Amino acid sequence: MSTQDDKAKEVSADGVAGPIILFFILGLAASLVFGWIIFPKLLYSQKKQPIDFNHVLHVEAVEEGCESCHFFREDGSFSGIPKLEQCVDCHEDAQGEDPNEIKFVEEYVANGREVPWLVYARQPDCVFFSHAAHVKKAEMDCGTCHGHIGESEHSRVYEENRITGYSRDIWGKNISGLKKHTWERMKMDDCAECHATKEIGTDVETLPWPINWLPRPYEKQTGNQARVKTVKEACFVCHK
Amino acid sequence: MKIGRRSFLSFVVGGAAGTAITPLPWKLTDDSSIWSQNWPWTPVPPDGEYSQSDSVCTLCPGGCGITVRKVDDRVVKIEGMKGHPINDGGLCLMGLSGLQLLYGPTRVKTPLKRVGKRGEGKWEKISWDEAISEVTKKLADIRSNGESHAVGSIVDSESGTVPNLFKRFLTAYGSPNFMTMPSIQDSYGMTLQLMHGVSAQAGFDAENADFILSFGSGIIDGWGSPVRMFKANSAWKANGKKVVQIEPRLSNTAAKSDKWIPIKPGTEAALALGLANVIITNSLDSKKISQSTGFESFKKLVQNEYSTDKVSKITGINSATIVSLAKNFARASKPLAICGKGQGSIPGNLNEFMAVHALNALVGNINEDGGVWAVTETDYIKWPELEMDSVAESGMQKERIDGAGSEYPHAKSLLNRLAEVINSGDGSLEVIFVSGANPLYSMPDSKAMKTAFDSIPFVVSFSSYMDETAGNADLILPNHVYLERYEDVPTLAGLSKPIVGLTRPVVKPQFNTKHVGDVVMLIAKALGGGMADAFPWESYEACLKETLGVKWDVLVKKGFEFNGDKCILEGDFNFYPEAMKSLSNFSPVSVEGSVISYPLILIPYDSIRLANGYIGDPPFAIKAVEDTVLKDKNSCVEINPKTGKELGLTEGRYAFLHTPRGKAKVKVHLYEGIMPGIVALPRGLGHTAYDKYLAGKGCNFNELIGPTEDPVSGLDAAWGIRARLTKV
Ligand code: SF4
Repeated sequence: MSTQDDKAKEVSADGVAGPIILFFILGLAASLVFGWIIFPKLLYSQKKQPIDFNHVLHVEAVEEGCESCHFFREDGSFSGIPKLEQCVDCHEDAQGEDPNEIKFVEEYVANGREVPWLVYARQPDCVFFSHAAHVKKAEMDCGTCHGHIGESEHSRVYEENRITGYSRDIWGKNISGLKKHTWERMKMDDCAECHATKEIGTDVETLPWPINWLPRPYEKQTGNQARVKTVKEACFVCHK
Repeated sequence: MKIGRRSFLSFVVGGAAGTAITPLPWKLTDDSSIWSQNWPWTPVPPDGEYSQSDSVCTLCPGGCGITVRKVDDRVVKIEGMKGHPINDGGLCLMGLSGLQLLYGPTRVKTPLKRVGKRGEGKWEKISWDEAISEVTKKLADIRSNGESHAVGSIVDSESGTVPNLFKRFLTAYGSPNFMTMPSIQDSYGMTLQLMHGVSAQAGFDAENADFILSFGSGIIDGWGSPVRMFKANSAWKANGKKVVQIEPRLSNTAAKSDKWIPIKPGTEAALALGLANVIITNSLDSKKISQSTGFESFKKLVQNEYSTDKVSKITGINSATIVSLAKNFARASKPLAICGKGQGSIPGNLNEFMAVHALNALVGNINEDGGVWAVTETDYIKWPELEMDSVAESGMQKERIDGAGSEYPHAKSLLNRLAEVINSGDGSLEVIFVSGANPLYSMPDSKAMKTAFDSIPFVVSFSSYMDETAGNADLILPNHVYLERYEDVPTLAGLSKPIVGLTRPVVKPQFNTKHVGDVVMLIAKALGGGMADAFPWESYEACLKETLGVKWDVLVKKGFEFNGDKCILEGDFNFYPEAMKSLSNFSPVSVEGSVISYPLILIPYDSIRLANGYIGDPPFAIKAVEDTVLKDKNSCVEINPKTGKELGLTEGRYAFLHTPRGKAKVKVHLYEGIMPGIVALPRGLGHTAYDKYLAGKGCNFNELIGPTEDPVSGLDAAWGIRARLTKV
């Protein structure tokens, strides 16, 4: 009695092996497409800066490069994105015909309103970051972390993570978290590339890899004598 | 092709496998953790320009310098000012939590007029003009009826421009009833008055002393200027100096001292005189001082009445301990004795203060390094002479309602008597002003104080916070908090050198509040005539600038003014003033209640984590109170395990604590560090006002105790009350 049943099962099992593999592959492909292509699109919303800003034009017009507008205050703290007060020095009245310029003067300068710039590099509030320590003491240049922003003629679209509210620049453009250049990511692991390993007078080549526990054999000598590797109470140097 | 269950499952498995090799799971994990760090209710200081300004903390009489850190216009942190002569960078828990008093929910945001019943909490928002004209009308009526003396004021202290503006206001108006919140300063002041004939406060060169004998003073529990005492205590520890703590309870101070000697409470004066006896008998006294007036009588007193055996019986301390303590104290090179229990909010027994001062004199430490000096009251307030009209003249000739200056000739203010006088019908007030004080919470027998206030037709509070007194007022004219205003802060609090600090507006007023000094002047100006002439200044700030004169610039620049010289305690020292005669027959300061109905004795204790003056604990501070002090919204009472056994009370049980003045539900905490038969309850809990973080937590010690008048000073000398504990 039972023999017939067993046979029937065997047959049907043989018959579906093909579709099972096919569906497996379909599932695999669908999730890959979703995870790599659709997911990032869903995750980030796209926002335009209130004013399209031309860095090139400004860098040409000022004398001290980035520091002309992004300066250090007297107490050593960093001013970040300039406040209206600084812009007004030159832009009391509209300079030229550019619609962005006109919008800036009419909407913001005339009303004394700060421009609600979207900050690409804004870190979570728990992060303490001193620009002075990096720029003044370690003599790093702005581009190491911020890339070639000074060479941009238009403001990029600001992509905001819908879950965290932070800019896409922090995780990096590449959804996989990989990077080619130092400025392409600003997560803690990227800070740690120097801070976890860099002894006095050594430099670390950037790994194209966001994970901290991999060995880092690429240290090379530099002239800088500042100690970078954070040892005792390391967490509290950046997390106040 | 049939899509069956298996196909579907394999699709899902394929999907899962694929998902695992996309960034999706890792990215979502990371993002959700960041999302949870950024919940909108997590307070985050804004980003902006950092700045710092130096000011003074006024949350207790300590006078610490503070450095306030701001981001743009928002205060984000209060730190101790580095290099400040009192606290040099240190800060206590209250000082640190000051921000919550600036931004917290307990602020009164605009002038309020009561609309419901008193204390019901129904208010109408009114403008400053309305508020001031309301007060002015009342005052004008009372004055024209010749009742000017029926207006009184209660302020936190008597020094500084704001208290003096109130005093001047009342004088010009015609009322002697300027009252201040009591403290040990009253007793120290009176002691110096009686024994030296000078008007000054006692200053202690604590840092340089090498043997500190404390009669229950909470050296690290908030006595004197708290941060300064903390620092002194650490320095003593580091340099091997000795601290002996005498009190019936193992307080934090006692626990950190070199020797803790439990004593029957209320007998401290006898111990001081007993020690004096041993010192004199063993010729260990300073020869210089024994030439002083009254020495022979003092010597006779201690030798006849305070023999070691007798003192041992009175105090419960064994004779050998008394003798060795006296010898060690006298032989130390810089001995110093201090008194005033706990944080010093109760003035205490004058005999005890005089006996302790005599002990200091005996070992020759007056005007010596590590000894007792004088700190004189503020001397910069030199305002033009008041021209009093006939109403003011006759009003000022009336006796004060509290009996200070008449019944008790040495006293300046006896707020502890006010409730009793009013409630027994011996006196009455028409209007009371309350500024920088919260008498309905912090005066002993606070319920009786409330009853007294209930019979005062017009109560005006100048409080910045909705405290108990403000909540029961008819009108609240909210003052700026200390971080929003200029004010001079002369600090006496046992410092060896006088210091004046200046609070400054580190942020602009957050609400529709006004400086109390300005309000007083506005009312005076609205009253017109001599009242207006008494206040020739345009504003409080103008008055302060003119008053401080050259000091103003220094204060604005540094935040404090300090010349670094100690003041000599002048006058001819008298070992045995008239007032000490009652010591010829020692009787301990009595406690209220009968032994039969109340077999135990309840004493209060103070903690550096509990504010018990004008301010209540801010949310941050109340969180720091231990479970053995406040548990599940109940105050804990400390009793000795022996007492617990007798009463059948075990750790953590609920009990009712009864005293002749009140009853409260408490939790039992068994503690070896308290004498059997004594119950200790923390001060600073049991608020009914302020915010939800403080109100309804624990019980108010002041509802359970009443004042005991000191026979000489008239000040409150109550150190405890008889009590009973019953099971719930
Ligand atoms: S001790 Fe007093 S003055 Fe000093 S920080 Fe604490 S509360 Fe303020």
